[in-house]
Amino acid sequence: MSKLTRRAFLTAGLIIGGGLIVGVAIRPGHRTPKLAKFMQHDDEVLVNAWVKLLPDNSVTVIVSHAEMGQGAQSALAMMLADEMDVDWDSVTIEEAPAHDEYANFHMAREFLLPGKMPGIVNQTINGVFLTISKTIALQVTGGSFSIRSTGERGMRVAGAAARELLMQAAAQEWQVAVTEIRADKSYLYHDATARNAPYIKFAKTAAEQQGSEFPTLKIPQQFNLMGNEDIQRLDIPEKVDGTAKFGIDVVLPGMRYATVKTSPVFGSKVEIIDASSAEKMKGVIKVVNLGDGVGVIADSYWQAKKAIAAVTVTYSASEWDNTSTDSIMAQFRTDMDKAVANGDEEEDFSEGDARNVIELAASVITAEYSVPYLAHITMEPMNSTALVKDGKIEVWGGTQNPLGIRAAIAEEFDIDADNVVINNVYLGGGFGRRAMKDYPIQAVKLASALPGVPVKMIWSREEDVQHDFYRPAIVSRFKAVLGNSGLPTAWENQYVDKHEPKEAPYIPYQVDNQFVHFIESPTHIPFGPWRSVDHSQHAFFTESFIDELAHAADQDAFQYRRTLLQSEPRYLKVLDAVAKMSDWERPLPLGWGRGIAIHGSFNSIVAEVVEVDMSSGSLRVDKVFCVADAGFAYCPNAFRAQMESGIIFGLSAAMHGEITIKNGAVMQSNLHDYKVIRMNTAPDIYVEIINSGEKTGGAGEPGTPPIAPALTNAIFAATGKRIRELPIKLG
Amino acid sequence: MIELKVNNQVQQVDVEADTPLLWVIREQLNLIGTKFGCGMAQCGACTVHLNGQPIRSCVTPISAVEGQAITTIEGIADDNGKLSKVQQAWIDEQVPQCGYCQSGQIMSAVALLKSNPNPSDNDIDAAMSGNVCRCGMYGRIKKAIKNAALV
Repeated sequence: MSKLTRRAFLTAGLIIGGGLIVGVAIRPGHRTPKLAKFMQHDDEVLVNAWVKLLPDNSVTVIVSHAEMGQGAQSALAMMLADEMDVDWDSVTIEEAPAHDEYANFHMAREFLLPGKMPGIVNQTINGVFLTISKTIALQVTGGSFSIRSTGERGMRVAGAAARELLMQAAAQEWQVAVTEIRADKSYLYHDATARNAPYIKFAKTAAEQQGSEFPTLKIPQQFNLMGNEDIQRLDIPEKVDGTAKFGIDVVLPGMRYATVKTSPVFGSKVEIIDASSAEKMKGVIKVVNLGDGVGVIADSYWQAKKAIAAVTVTYSASEWDNTSTDSIMAQFRTDMDKAVANGDEEEDFSEGDARNVIELAASVITAEYSVPYLAHITMEPMNSTALVKDGKIEVWGGTQNPLGIRAAIAEEFDIDADNVVINNVYLGGGFGRRAMKDYPIQAVKLASALPGVPVKMIWSREEDVQHDFYRPAIVSRFKAVLGNSGLPTAWENQYVDKHEPKEAPYIPYQVDNQFVHFIESPTHIPFGPWRSVDHSQHAFFTESFIDELAHAADQDAFQYRRTLLQSEPRYLKVLDAVAKMSDWERPLPLGWGRGIAIHGSFNSIVAEVVEVDMSSGSLRVDKVFCVADAGFAYCPNAFRAQMESGIIFGLSAAMHGEITIKNGAVMQSNLHDYKVIRMNTAPDIYVEIINSGEKTGGAGEPGTPPIAPALTNAIFAATGKRIRELPIKLG
Repeated sequence: MIELKVNNQVQQVDVEADTPLLWVIREQLNLIGTKFGCGMAQCGACTVHLNGQPIRSCVTPISAVEGQAITTIEGIADDNGKLSKVQQAWIDEQVPQCGYCQSGQIMSAVALLKSNPNPSDNDIDAAMSGNVCRCGMYGRIKKAIKNAALV
């Protein structure tokens, strides 16, 4: 980390209310007193923007990221705790409130260049994937950013700054050199005079110190918590005894319950609502016209659910009423053909002269792949609780983007953002879905119909499946020419719709002539970020096609990739490790197959090898080997869990996931027709971590992209059948 | 009024007879550890015990369980409040990610170990495949069940 970067957001210590504040500014200037107003409770001392030192010498770490299962809150707290040398057993976590001061400014700094902002942000704020808002409010959890951005640039610096201040204070009080003082588990020691005291004893003196603008961060050899295999997540105990509070668990005095049903065809509007029988049903309080759907508020969820089934709604006709999956895929293919015929492809990446090499080649290898729309199916269906009272709006629930939701609500209901309060709790899964603003806005609309009364809106699973922001369906076409050695000399790739991240379709392989291009082919299907965003689709395409080239060249799939990665040592190391781990050369039983894939995303490189057993004629995934290089895995156990999680998520998609459209609407509705991996179909997963020391990468998403191609490549190895369309359908 | 026996406590609730047990537990009794996931017995997040057997409370009308013994996640710790061996195994293996499905997973696992103290992999597959975990922690759940079986 450069000194300049650190200085940009570290400020000096300040006194407030007799306590200690170590100011670590999120933006230049002294923001801390303003923050204290929001964060400081009785008997607590705000140490800095991310940590409070309590009178009992315990600390509360304030994290600006939501916990949706990825373990980020514990990891962030642990990074700060290690640098501050506090006792891990005394650490608790508090999620930062949705105030601008807590915006992920580090994330903004890194991604504010046009075109580099993660799509998850734009989608939420503007509803436009590629437009960057200058006034964007950032407190997003997504894009696998928490650790590498907030953690490294915020938490570690804050922890180190706080420790240094306390040590300076002790040096002054004890009249010794600061270099003679050591910190350990929330105590300071001066060994020569056998003195020691808890951190809190120095709080007041520390507040008078001028904090270093460049606190010294630990080197890996000094880490106690970071990288420690035995560190347990702080949120887990309450997730095994039923006390963890998710959005759906919010209970407020006098609260009422609601559910909604939105137009089956996206974009259609309500014309007529017949609620006459619903309004007479027991417990029903109000039927609310939401514009694009209807909501029922009742004394209980069950009463609301029964009543909404009795409401008849007539929707406006829409130009999408005849749209189907087939018509969408046909549109994609026609638009792709047209773009090539008219020469109006949009260039994505170009090197050398791929078109010319392909034109002149005696033999060209071609393939077309496609993936369907996918839903997120978080275990906790969308829900949100809202209270509209005295010109203020308060919302409770789980969101990946509290500040964005706050801004969106202020805009939608035309009130000052200062009058909107967001209370974020645990997310029962996010995967990108909970970065969207639709469901909190619906809750506020319902609560607006019943001012002064908190309304908890819960979607049915059916509503959740049919009103998602889906992973986009994509068609992707390839052409390649092989040289004398069997290695590709030209690579052309055309696909539908470019989203984020930009690099998703790019290959790490050495191919001198490359032309990657795309066309826009809009549909009415709402889309949004889905675990790893565009990486999950493009890794399937590129890692399948490279496998096809290896086969065409009659070369081993691992060795072929190896040859093409000679100038990418980081990739090569991960690839070699997964081959070794999976014992790549080991013969498999008859009817079995082994497939490999490697893909870099969010600055992490992940390679996976899948073993399948097709001997019975049907598909059984037996094992997955995974090697990941994320630079440094701060919480190795939680990191492995995220690899396992990403693999199962991607396997569910590859083997089952498919949202189809008929008459403009989603045909699937629940887990019986949108199937996922379960215990009896889950493979054994083995994960190995490489701590390369490279720039830190993400954990939540990079495990997902390689799994689909590794699986389909294994099916090819077992059967000779090449899967080019997901989900896998073995005929 | 319908009389219920939940976690060894007798309770009276005033709800319509077709109300699923899940919503009575959550909204009337304020036991929020039992979760809503699908509403059609497809995901297992709502699993509770009825007379010791795992059931999906989202499709069980309250009228069908009147007076019978119901146990929820809040009721499986020991009498002295110590976590059950399954819950402890869940912590040791660091099973939960988002954690939303885990009450249901734990209730299914507790019921499995009660009827089958030493389950094989196939036994675990059979008993646990009704419980979906979107975070995909199946490997850790299996390991935790095996560890709990050894206690």
